[in-house]
Amino acid sequence: MNEKIVEIEGLTRIFKKTRAVDGLHLIIETGELFGLVGPDGAGKTTTLRLLAGLLNISEGTAALMGFDLNNQPDSIKPYVGYMAQQFSLYGELSALENLLFFAELFDVSSKDLEERTERLLEFAGLLPFKNRRAAHLSGGMQKKLALACTLIHEPEILLLDEPTTGVDPVSRREFWNILTELHLRGTTIIVSTPYMDEADRCSRVGLMYAGKLIECDTPHNIRKKIDSEIIEVWPVNWQKALDKVMELENIKEVQTYGETLHILVDSGERQLPEIKRSLKKAGIEVRSIRVAPVHMEQAFISLIRRIDA
Amino acid sequence: MDYQPAILAKDLTKRFGDFTAVDHINFNVQHGEIFGFLGPNGSGKTTTIRMLLGLMKPGEGSVEVLGLKVEKDTSKIRPRVGYMSQRFSLYNDLTVLQNLNFYGQAYGLENSLLQKRIAEALHMAGLERHENTQTRDLSGGWRQRLALGAAILHRPEVLFLDEPTAGVDPLSRRAFWDLLYKLVSTPLQPETNQASLESEMREQRGVTVFITTHYMDEAEHSHRLAFIQHGKIIASGSPIEIKTQKMPGDVLEISPSDAAGAVKVLRSAQNDGKLPLNEIVLYGSLVHVIAPDILRHEQAITVILQNSGIQPGVMTVIEPSLEDVFIACMKS
Repeated sequence: MNEKIVEIEGLTRIFKKTRAVDGLHLIIETGELFGLVGPDGAGKTTTLRLLAGLLNISEGTAALMGFDLNNQPDSIKPYVGYMAQQFSLYGELSALENLLFFAELFDVSSKDLEERTERLLEFAGLLPFKNRRAAHLSGGMQKKLALACTLIHEPEILLLDEPTTGVDPVSRREFWNILTELHLRGTTIIVSTPYMDEADRCSRVGLMYAGKLIECDTPHNIRKKIDSEIIEVWPVNWQKALDKVMELENIKEVQTYGETLHILVDSGERQLPEIKRSLKKAGIEVRSIRVAPVHMEQAFISLIRRIDA
Repeated sequence: MDYQPAILAKDLTKRFGDFTAVDHINFNVQHGEIFGFLGPNGSGKTTTIRMLLGLMKPGEGSVEVLGLKVEKDTSKIRPRVGYMSQRFSLYNDLTVLQNLNFYGQAYGLENSLLQKRIAEALHMAGLERHENTQTRDLSGGWRQRLALGAAILHRPEVLFLDEPTAGVDPLSRRAFWDLLYKLVSTPLQPETNQASLESEMREQRGVTVFITTHYMDEAEHSHRLAFIQHGKIIASGSPIEIKTQKMPGDVLEISPSDAAGAVKVLRSAQNDGKLPLNEIVLYGSLVHVIAPDILRHEQAITVILQNSGIQPGVMTVIEPSLEDVFIACMKS
């Protein structure tokens, strides 16, 4: 454990004039579940493709398991499993046949094959559907099958590009339970996601913006980085309250969440009594008011706005 | 009756052969409210939306939109509602302006009014300098705001949004929600001068929004929501009510010295029947365990972790996420 399995220095990819990935420095240790988050066009997909050896590096270096991608791109293939956003399953082949196809692609020896495909199908919860055509599986099941195909050669590093986009909450949780299982077994996973609650399930999160890694830490510490807290107000009438809250002093931002308002402030405990008083004075009736935990989404948006400012 | 909700579904049911896709569901949506409709794929969500829009006939029960029976008065309702689908239904090979013109004409807007509305839509979507950009060249977030702009050109009173934010990044999603809140809190301007009581009342309130989504953090933005599973509504209420009243158990957050190790140890205790926990979930360096009356198990958890050489660290009962509640409701 704790050896550097991915070492990235100054990694850059230029498309025409755009620096899609711009001077990335990152070290990932064996067994990490690393989340790559950021808005569209931040460079997440390009980073994953570079690491999978599918794109040439413009500048800098990246090494996986000690193999330099610039010099030995083919040496990493047996150790890496890459699942693209638009992964390709063969719709007219059954779940099992898809697995067999990928096994052949990755030279999995035929003596292990039967045992391994059974195990993967079971792991992905697809055993009852092994003879069903991929095209007839639900979206969530297709994602799980694609993951199983990515695992067929037992890679040590998994690169997953937005694997749960468009998947319903139940399938999404199942998918993450599978990832947790792999993580507990020691597989190194790098996963990109637009879902901020998924970032919370990673051991470390890298926040990408405009090709650069602007933050990299545990989800817990990233929340602390915004130096702000949330005061949650549940007023009787949210629209009236919103107008008043906007006029308050010393507040950074107000967000509406249904009938509640989230007020971003420097210090929850210190400012709660002030805000309570001001609302009372303005005749705003409040059902409840409290200091609430900062959501990952809020942290993410605040950090990006700080960079933009 | 002097009061009518914007949407009213009564015993709404739809069968396909032996399969009951929607099974006697009841709900109402108030004027100016954002109503979230959540459920996994195949739960009956899309079938329900189709019936609300009058695209599919209910097998039993009825739907009223704006006080009118959907089955009977489709043509009266149509001009007063807007619809934006998952796929954004924009023409990729048309420019931004051409798309807006196309929709405006489809809604039968007269030209001078249409041009005024298009200017407003461009402004709202932040697309003023991109009128002549091909729609396919817009980013997901912009396409989404353009689609919303197109769906409200005719100033609908009720807006149906079917997974409007699938594949859109968090910043754009926030911008989208800021827009929706603006829509629901801006009073509707009646087009004509008929100063009936009804239109005067309507003036006071903004658009009503019926929205489906897979994003639980987004569902929290709704005023009220309903979870549907196997065609039945299994929970409904405001997000705060659902989180405080519908969760069959509490969530305990543990910050142990070795989170992955803690999950393994707790799971094996659970499997041996020593710890009756409903769920053990790894969240990075934290562990969430869920069970009814969770504090009863705090001592046992501490001992089990310590016996395996893991420091339990701080344990706090936290508020469940909407997703926690959703998953728990579906299991029970």
